[in-house]
Amino acid sequence: MKIRILIIGLVVLSICSLFVGVSSITPMDLIDYQSEETQIFLISRLPRLVAIILAGAGMSIAGLIMQSLSRNKFVSPTTAGTLDATRLGILVSMLLFANASMLEKMTVAFVFALAGTLLFMQILNRIKFKDAIFIPLVGLMFGNILSSITTFFAYKADVIQNMSAWLQGDFSMMMKGRYELLYISIPVLIIAYLFANRFTVAGMGEDFSKNLGIHYRRIVNFGLILVALITVTVVLTVGMIPFLGLIIPNIVSIFKGDHLEKTLPHTALLGAIFLLLCDMLGRVLIYPYEIPISLMVGVIGSGIFLYLLFRRRAYA
Amino acid sequence: MIQVRGLSKLYGKKVVVDQVSIDIVPGTITSFIGPNGAGKSTLLSMVSRLMDADTGEVLLDKKNIKKIKSGELSKKVSILKQSNQMNVRLTVKELVGFGRFPYSKGRLNDQDHAKVDEALTYMDLHDLEDRYLDELSGGQRQRAFIAMVIAQDTDTILLDEPLNNLDMKHSVQIMKILRRLVDELGKTVVIVLHDINFASVYSDRIVALKDGKVIKDGLTNDIIQSTALKEIYDMDIHVQQLNNCRICVYFNSALQGE
Repeated sequence: MKIRILIIGLVVLSICSLFVGVSSITPMDLIDYQSEETQIFLISRLPRLVAIILAGAGMSIAGLIMQSLSRNKFVSPTTAGTLDATRLGILVSMLLFANASMLEKMTVAFVFALAGTLLFMQILNRIKFKDAIFIPLVGLMFGNILSSITTFFAYKADVIQNMSAWLQGDFSMMMKGRYELLYISIPVLIIAYLFANRFTVAGMGEDFSKNLGIHYRRIVNFGLILVALITVTVVLTVGMIPFLGLIIPNIVSIFKGDHLEKTLPHTALLGAIFLLLCDMLGRVLIYPYEIPISLMVGVIGSGIFLYLLFRRRAYA
Repeated sequence: MIQVRGLSKLYGKKVVVDQVSIDIVPGTITSFIGPNGAGKSTLLSMVSRLMDADTGEVLLDKKNIKKIKSGELSKKVSILKQSNQMNVRLTVKELVGFGRFPYSKGRLNDQDHAKVDEALTYMDLHDLEDRYLDELSGGQRQRAFIAMVIAQDTDTILLDEPLNNLDMKHSVQIMKILRRLVDELGKTVVIVLHDINFASVYSDRIVALKDGKVIKDGLTNDIIQSTALKEIYDMDIHVQQLNNCRICVYFNSALQGE
């Protein structure tokens, strides 16, 4: 898995993505800045592409960090309750502030996402039976409990309709002015890269980290803050994208190992490519309608996840 | 030089390590021996700061190790624990490279690469350097971990049962390398051992623990004696002189004296 090939793949797919859609736009149309096509391109197509790349890279990296810190290949925002905690946070912000601004929503959701993830890590510490598959099952159950709480209160407050917007990831509404929050993930990704070596050491365990002079708890908590930040920005703008943070880091790990500083760029690129592919498929399959991205990723992703589970004997 | 002063550890009400005071003599191999549950590993964990002591203190060059910054300490004392069930997929070379973490924080410079190379040579791991840890046998993996500790280049190296799960050949290989670390590079090695004959043949000093207390602390030859061993292990152990080595025979006490 060469980084050069991944970059070329991403560029080619990005260009394709820009010119796939209901209204046909050709590169020639863009010469005329005033044309309708150029407007669609700038207001809808380009933001959509940027959002997909940032969300794909972000969720994959979030998963990679979680897997390293929890020392379990099957832990990710999907399987550790982070996504569900985020949704609960969004609900609370909507109930607390009648017309919650993006920043209010984000702050409350961030607090919930972080608290939910920390709680899961606490549960993880207490479980004696550390089976690789058992842990994500606990995480899924934990997530479902949070999700039921969310649904209950959303139902009571009559905001189910509103909440479901965050249930399913969807890029069709990505337009100028609705995706900019995702830019937060750029500095977060850079910070993640700078701390990559510390995360790798933390992934080797508490004793190992202490031997190498690392404050284990501090690094774990810091990593989880990054994960929560990425998850919140993605869920708030795009919605839930399941499995992405699970399968992408696992695929990269098989080929490139777990040296985070070396695998982080690959993981980010592959995540963006995978999401872009799913998005284009979703747009083309029932043209001119669209299959939501979460459904596409869910179907393809769960297939790959099953495959990873079955080959676990040889690896992980 | 490491000095242990009045160190104790309690698990609930059970005293696991009881008022231990020892000096680790620099430039030697010191073996911790004793029956199961004597507190050897717990003592080593406290000396290496992996575990907090309930009472007492560990001094490194007369300074309490709790007062030393963890980044600094990791350049002076390294520890390898017995269970290294890691599922991190790193190559041998990457793992050994992390031994340089206290110096370079992961961005290896030329000097770090030289040290990594040296450690790989020392452990005879160049053939395996690009293999992933999960593809190696237990013995090879253990050698990789020890290479990492060598790359860490600390004056004192603490090892908790490094011979666990190793066959005879690899056990001897690792003990010989530890001997060379002491004799050639002037390192201080402290090691928890189960096999009393490895302790006898390769170490300079022995600290014997029983029920959390130090009951013997001295030169190897003074401790590998039937009377002393009887006190430590509650069993008759016959000591035979064999080519300058003192070998303990304990497999069947009925055979002794024949």
